[in-house]
Amino acid sequence: MTATTNDLTAPTAATTAATATTSADDRRLTHLDALEAEAILVIREMAGELERPALLFSGGKDSVVMLHLATKAFWPAPIPFPVLHVDTGHNFPEVLAYRDETVERLGLRLVVASVQDYIDDGRLRERADGTRNPLQTLPLLDAINDNRFDGVFGGGRRDEEKARAKERIVSLRDEFGQWDPKNQRPELWNLFNPRHRPGEHVRVFPISNWTEVDIWRYIEREDIPLAPLYYAHEREVFHRDGMWLAVGPYSQPRDDEPVETRLVRYRTVGDMSCTGAVESPARTNADIVLEVAASTLTERGATRADDRISEAAMEDRKKEGYF
Amino acid sequence: MAGPTQTTAPALDPAAVAGAARGTLLRLATAGSVDDGKSTLVGRLLHDTKSVLSDQLAAVERVSRDRGLTAADLALLTDGLRAEREQGITIDVAYRYFATANRSFVLADCPGHVQYTRNTVTGSSTADVVVLLVDARKGVLEQTRRHLAVTALLRVPHVVVAVNKIDLVDFSQEVYERVNAEVQAVARDLGLEDAIAIPVSALDGDNIAERSERTPWYTGPSLLELLEALPPSDDPANESFRLPVQLVIRPQGAARDDAYRDYRGYAGQVASGVVRVGDEVVALPSGRRTTVVGIDLGERTLDEAFAPQSVTLRLADEIDISRGDVIASASDAPEPTQDIKAVVCWLGDAPLRPGQRLLLKHGSRTVQTAVRSLDGALDLDDLHTVPSEALSLNDIGLVTLRLAGPVPVENYSVSRRGGSFLLIDAHDGRTVAAGMVGATLPSSAPAPTRPEGDEEWDI
Repeated sequence: MTATTNDLTAPTAATTAATATTSADDRRLTHLDALEAEAILVIREMAGELERPALLFSGGKDSVVMLHLATKAFWPAPIPFPVLHVDTGHNFPEVLAYRDETVERLGLRLVVASVQDYIDDGRLRERADGTRNPLQTLPLLDAINDNRFDGVFGGGRRDEEKARAKERIVSLRDEFGQWDPKNQRPELWNLFNPRHRPGEHVRVFPISNWTEVDIWRYIEREDIPLAPLYYAHEREVFHRDGMWLAVGPYSQPRDDEPVETRLVRYRTVGDMSCTGAVESPARTNADIVLEVAASTLTERGATRADDRISEAAMEDRKKEGYF
Repeated sequence: MAGPTQTTAPALDPAAVAGAARGTLLRLATAGSVDDGKSTLVGRLLHDTKSVLSDQLAAVERVSRDRGLTAADLALLTDGLRAEREQGITIDVAYRYFATANRSFVLADCPGHVQYTRNTVTGSSTADVVVLLVDARKGVLEQTRRHLAVTALLRVPHVVVAVNKIDLVDFSQEVYERVNAEVQAVARDLGLEDAIAIPVSALDGDNIAERSERTPWYTGPSLLELLEALPPSDDPANESFRLPVQLVIRPQGAARDDAYRDYRGYAGQVASGVVRVGDEVVALPSGRRTTVVGIDLGERTLDEAFAPQSVTLRLADEIDISRGDVIASASDAPEPTQDIKAVVCWLGDAPLRPGQRLLLKHGSRTVQTAVRSLDGALDLDDLHTVPSEALSLNDIGLVTLRLAGPVPVENYSVSRRGGSFLLIDAHDGRTVAAGMVGATLPSSAPAPTRPEGDEEWDI
């Protein structure tokens, strides 16, 4: 499959999944089916418990999987909540186009919180290093307050980063959106409790227990098309901090950084200014599963300059209200 | 035997990854006392299953060097919070992932000291197996007994005791056998059916992934071999069918396809058992009966569904069923009740007292409840029940609850899913207790022997 078709709920999924049988061994879910069942449980439970949830949707692979799972959870009814995107202003145009197509096809309501607006009117200032990732927190919290969202679904995974590994599936945030890692609610059995006081909200991570390989294997199994830059393509890039950065409006090479055309793809999709590409010939989901499985680097280590800043970069951002 | 920590991380084996796509999921929790080397064991498991990638290992090596250590401190792989790294302790449950050719593992790493009851209960509640660390030099400690008691109370199907730091007792068979005998004695007292002890060195990797040549007297499996071989959860065919209804799916005019305008389905996760098209079911607490006419998982239509699949059931009759109800097999449905006796692990900062009003969440239903009486608290030091006026944070006690409406609870010894509940503070929404219906506490100090296969939880 290539990235040219764009149907999130392609029915081909039915042909690859296990069919019903009667032997005891066949009544054991594969780990991918177990992860899917858990995610759908969480999504439905929060839809039942919360008044006004929203789902963070960037067009990136993890949020696409989230949307796919939500589609399954409520089928044949539509997803009963809006999607929210914090647009840094440095997003890849291909990803924004993919976001808009997907939202339109599924008939969803899209709420966009724009970092650029905040910079333009002075509420936020551009950082010296040019990365806008930490700047997303304020627009995100304002969007949550303005829309009175009491729960926000995110595609965070515990295998991504050590601070995320400590976070609950349903994670309480105080009125400032802060995460308190030392005072987390116990999460028992499969009973999820999103209750909170007025002004507080919860972040919900239904794919907490998925690894990067699980995500790709699921994308392959369910035949989910992604934004084209996840697949191998030729691009003008330059080498910086051990990564290939795309030449673009927010990432210009310095004089000592020659521009080359290389066959690359993206393992993660963040800001153009700080998300690196990897050299890769992988053009299909199946190619990518094999490539990721054989990789010796984590996706953040390979492609995210912003997470290399310090050992506690993610923890510090989360405590301030980041995703 | 594994050598000292290697400096390069080999790539995941693509064949193992492909195999993992077919494999099952095993949830394990680790527990141990302070300095038993638990973080090192977890780091070792991740390392030896090639789950640590080179940038992660490089970061650990850099920090280890900065601290003047000669080898990489694998504990740094798991201690994720700034305060944990600063203090060299583990503060909260962390979740880790690794896979072998046959299995994927979700590991809940539960800290041993601060709030150990809260953390061990949290980790054990979802676990298929608990791996408990014991320092070979110290043997079974008070805290080991407590961890085993919580594991027994939560009815975790399998318990593995890693007798760690066996290298520091010169790989002595005598020491291992002494510790193993202590473990077996405690397990017997607690009614744990199988507790398997393995001599390991988490630091050097002995008997973690591969059997060690340095313990030739040990003929059992390595820890990873055992984890790969443990039977997964029970066969759903032996359980009674239960599905707590999370949502009623009724798209009407909003249907994504006009063909589904009149669709009405009851969405939820199969908590236990198997359901087939044509089965007679009963809605609880109403008691109305009907027949399953369809089972959907997204666009797929299934002939049967089994625990723990998340599905949507279509029923023959439009009976009144809403979120919070339970759909159960008609032949052996539980009797809804407003009065329950349960063991609770108290996790709230303010104490639990008789007369208190709380919310109780069971399955997808939340009801008001009043604490009728506090019938005793477990003294974790010698594991017997004492009279008590109140339960404080991390206490375990026996309570009688009155519910505002009938709920189809089951005995926890029959069904972990049907017998578990949360108690919630209605004011601030905090989860204040983990509850287990029908569990009992021992009335006196543990008897030396108990009949095998006793259905009651006894410690």
